[in-house]
Amino acid sequence: MAHSGISVLFEGTNFMRLLGGLWVTVKIAAVALIFGIILGIILGVLRTFKNRPLRVVLRLYLEFFRVVPTVVLLFLFYYILPRQMNFNLPADQLATLVFVLWVGAEMSDIVRGALISVPRHQIESGKAIGLNRFQLYRYVLIPQSLTLEIPATINLATRVIKTTSILLLISVMDVINIGQQIIEANNHTYPTGVFWVYGLIFLFYFLIDYPLSWWAKRLEKRRLEKANG
Amino acid sequence: MSWAIIQQSLPMFGKGFELTLWLSFVGIIGSIVVGLICSLVQYFRVPVFRQIASVYVEISRNTPLLIQLFFLYYAFPVLGIKFGAQLCGIIGLIFLGGSYMAEGFTGGFNGVSKSQVESGKAIGLSRWQLARYVVFPQGFSLSVPAMAANVIFLIKETSIFTVIAIPELTNTALDLIGMYYRSNEYLFVLVIAYAIILVPLSIILTLLEKRVRYGTFGN
Amino acid sequence: MADKVLEVAHLEKFYGKKHVLHDINFSVDQGEVVTLLGPSGSGKSTLIRCLNGLETYQKGTITFEGQKIVPTEKNWQQLRQKIGMVFQSYDLFPNLTVMDNILLGPTKVQKQDKQAARQEAERLLASVELSDYANAYPRELSGGQAQRVAIVRALALHPDFMLFDEVTASLDPEMVRGVLNIIEGLADQDNMTMIVVTHEMNFAKQIADRVLFLQDGEILEQTSSKQFFSNPQTSRAKEFLDSMDF
Ligand SMILES: Nc1ncnc2c1ncn2[C@@H]1O[C@H](COP(=O)(O)OP(=O)(O)O)[C@@H](O)[C@H]1O
Ligand SMILES: [Mg+2]
Repeated sequence: MAHSGISVLFEGTNFMRLLGGLWVTVKIAAVALIFGIILGIILGVLRTFKNRPLRVVLRLYLEFFRVVPTVVLLFLFYYILPRQMNFNLPADQLATLVFVLWVGAEMSDIVRGALISVPRHQIESGKAIGLNRFQLYRYVLIPQSLTLEIPATINLATRVIKTTSILLLISVMDVINIGQQIIEANNHTYPTGVFWVYGLIFLFYFLIDYPLSWWAKRLEKRRLEKANG
Repeated sequence: MSWAIIQQSLPMFGKGFELTLWLSFVGIIGSIVVGLICSLVQYFRVPVFRQIASVYVEISRNTPLLIQLFFLYYAFPVLGIKFGAQLCGIIGLIFLGGSYMAEGFTGGFNGVSKSQVESGKAIGLSRWQLARYVVFPQGFSLSVPAMAANVIFLIKETSIFTVIAIPELTNTALDLIGMYYRSNEYLFVLVIAYAIILVPLSIILTLLEKRVRYGTFGN
Repeated sequence: MADKVLEVAHLEKFYGKKHVLHDINFSVDQGEVVTLLGPSGSGKSTLIRCLNGLETYQKGTITFEGQKIVPTEKNWQQLRQKIGMVFQSYDLFPNLTVMDNILLGPTKVQKQDKQAARQEAERLLASVELSDYANAYPRELSGGQAQRVAIVRALALHPDFMLFDEVTASLDPEMVRGVLNIIEGLADQDNMTMIVVTHEMNFAKQIADRVLFLQDGEILEQTSSKQFFSNPQTSRAKEFLDSMDF
């Protein structure tokens, strides 16, 4: 039985449709990451400034996006934007927007954490040769914080990719949604198809995330080796 | 926004709240047990088990909970293995959380400074004694912030249980919205409910991180 | 009368409620070398960091080259090009090569011509015998070498005035001499005006024109080097010199 089930993947255009769904997933994750990272860098730098009200506001922004589960964030935007603000977006764009704001929040913490962990005497010696604030960030703080930020950002990317799985909930035609359609359409001919379709999607996610995690781990290990001499 | 509607929904949310807490609790305890086993097996380099543990950790960490749940709930029955939705949720959460906890413990063990380990060796401690008196006590306290972060993460992940219709908080809210079309009220209660659970934990986490940072770096 | 490069008047510094500098008054003449001595925790670092705007102060005035300093970050930033400072920690920027560490100030802050700045940097590196390390990264240097580069990095801006805060304190003993020689050269050949905080008493004795002795945030003695080392006026200074054992 289980043997015949696997052929559901190659029936008609099924495999191509799944790949198409995967493309939707990857695209949303990629766009969300690009804009979210840019947003997060700006917010993270702002959070290292002395201005207290600004810091408090940005901290609250972070905490909100951290405390509320992403599924709930998605539904907050899904219901509230169109109904309260008359702002209608197709589901995939709405999801991208939510992800951008979420990634921005998480990224701001990565950036801030890395910036403030640059040793104080580095800042002082930068000041001692007359660097202004912009130059201090540009030549000292940001370059030195990158080795901390890059692995953390790659890990964030793997989280974003995993989290795209919830797009299903607002009916985006992502890989899981298409998988479900294929399972339902073939339920009679291939009762074990569900196993193979979900198995394949499972594998898709793993194949994208595993190399990224591996890369992040390697960079982190190198960073620690360097830091400890 | 109508307070009456909020009030009427509170008993249902109360049940969802309890279920979220209960499933999180069981899932987290299970995750800690699984994580501890995996990290110990890796620390002591137990042959075979150690490879199994690292394969498990990679699979679990690099796939979404949602697919893990679908697999358990929809695909396993095809193989003749069937669980109720809640049991699926718990197993899924432990499958996911075990690897995060394992990494947390391992990170703590690895965080114990080399000079500590070397001074332990220098006074002739055996491998086990070194673990027992030096690496574990320091390693566990170093891993506390990671544990706390995982706890928060896992509680939030229970919101995914809605996809297999476990009536926890998120599912309760979505059901209510589906029935009565009052999204503002129900989403408001939902966010507050998560905040009640997670804000205190998040504050504790911030404090713990500071503690450990001071603890390890001296001042 | 020699030109006063720096004048400090009635300077007071608090960390929160903790009063760490009490009514500090002194001045430094053009070409003069002042060493700042005192036990650990007496406020030496705090004082010279105030002179470079790295610490704020609550009362008093600092006058540099005849201009009273209005202590805003912007003003300090301009002044730091004229008041160089080297710290105890080897604080080169690990992300830049030795050459780029040195060039950062001249090219980015002072917008000097790259080619000219590079030639000058090469000259300075040669003067501290580190020409071969221009393209090395800081982690490839020993502590003594790193500290010499840090001095060159400060000098590359052509400051009028230098501050040294225990620059040899974290060096291995065999590295100390090389760094001290550079500071001596600056004093003797370049006639650089400077304040030097150090625990190397022989060096202090040799290089200093004048000594400020600091204890618990107060200047207890302010005399010529000769006088201080041969005949200290306060019992505190006597104890201090005895404890230093040189
Ligand atoms: N950032 C700070 N916050 C509070 N107190 C400080 C700080 N830095 C230094 N101090 C205190 O100020 C006093 C002077 O310190 P410092 O200038 O470093 O002394 P020195 O350089 O002579 O050893 C000490 O009592 C020290 O504990
Ligand atoms: Mg000091």
